[in-house]
Amino acid sequence: MSSFLTIANPDAARRMFLGRSGLLLSGAAVALLAGRDVLAAKSGGAAASDARILNTALGAELEAIAAYQVGAESGLLQKPVLDLAVQFQGHHKAHADLLAKTVQKLGGKPVLAKRKYEFPVEALKNQADVLQFAAKLEQGAVSAYLGAVPLFGNRDLSKAAASILGDEAMHWAILRNALGENPVPDAFMA
Amino acid sequence: MWRSALTVALAFVAGAAAGAKGDPARGEKLYVRCAACHALAYDRVGPRHCGLIGRKAGSIADFDYSPAMKKSGIVWTANTLDRFLADPPRLVRGTTMTYAGISDPKERKDLIAYLERNTASAECPKAK
Repeated sequence: MSSFLTIANPDAARRMFLGRSGLLLSGAAVALLAGRDVLAAKSGGAAASDARILNTALGAELEAIAAYQVGAESGLLQKPVLDLAVQFQGHHKAHADLLAKTVQKLGGKPVLAKRKYEFPVEALKNQADVLQFAAKLEQGAVSAYLGAVPLFGNRDLSKAAASILGDEAMHWAILRNALGENPVPDAFMA
Repeated sequence: MWRSALTVALAFVAGAAAGAKGDPARGEKLYVRCAACHALAYDRVGPRHCGLIGRKAGSIADFDYSPAMKKSGIVWTANTLDRFLADPPRLVRGTTMTYAGISDPKERKDLIAYLERNTASAECPKAK
């Protein structure tokens, strides 16, 4: 399978990557929750449970931000892959920001980033290792959001989580494509 | 005739035993679903899985568990894992493992077979 990694010209590779992936994150996900100050009042007794679900997701997003930072600073990523990693990290920052604000609206206390994260850095020897590591995290994130979507008491939150799930799935597919693997190996996510 | 009947019976028993045990290779593929929050050898959003079998829930000293998990009284065995993985928030109300669960019993069996094999593997030198 062809990959934008195999194109020598970085600009052409970037155009190919952007053209294929359609990675511009829709503002719709953010609009799902931003400005919904009545969220907490609507949620009633389920608010604490919903906040707990969002906080677990927030913890995973904060770890993903740190993981992409490790990848970006590893010196193992070359352009356009480095730009890709930074862009994906930006998405995770947007998710984390939205999740933290929503936890607060629900009356909860957002979890904070850990002072230190453990990553298998000794196993990261080249660009493909970093991409493989990131792909596993993204695939896990898809499963985590898929497992969270049916649990929310507030259906707006299910919709928002599904929106983030879609973004994580795109990350996973693009990373697989960059590795020369089938970007969408199955018809269903699990 | 008796020999062939015995062969069939033994094959049936062997098949049933394999089914009961679960397939750790298939479980390894299923484990990627856990990879947003868990790793075998180190703590992440969720606690490490090394040393899981036989461990009391909520007992890793330096991990920040939910009060619900700490109070659950669960000891992780194939049986308790099967019940938990089917619907985590239902078995432990208030758990931060906010995941709807794995509804397919065969998938749970395979995943547990992988956990039984790998949570005591060479990847777990510091397992507690």
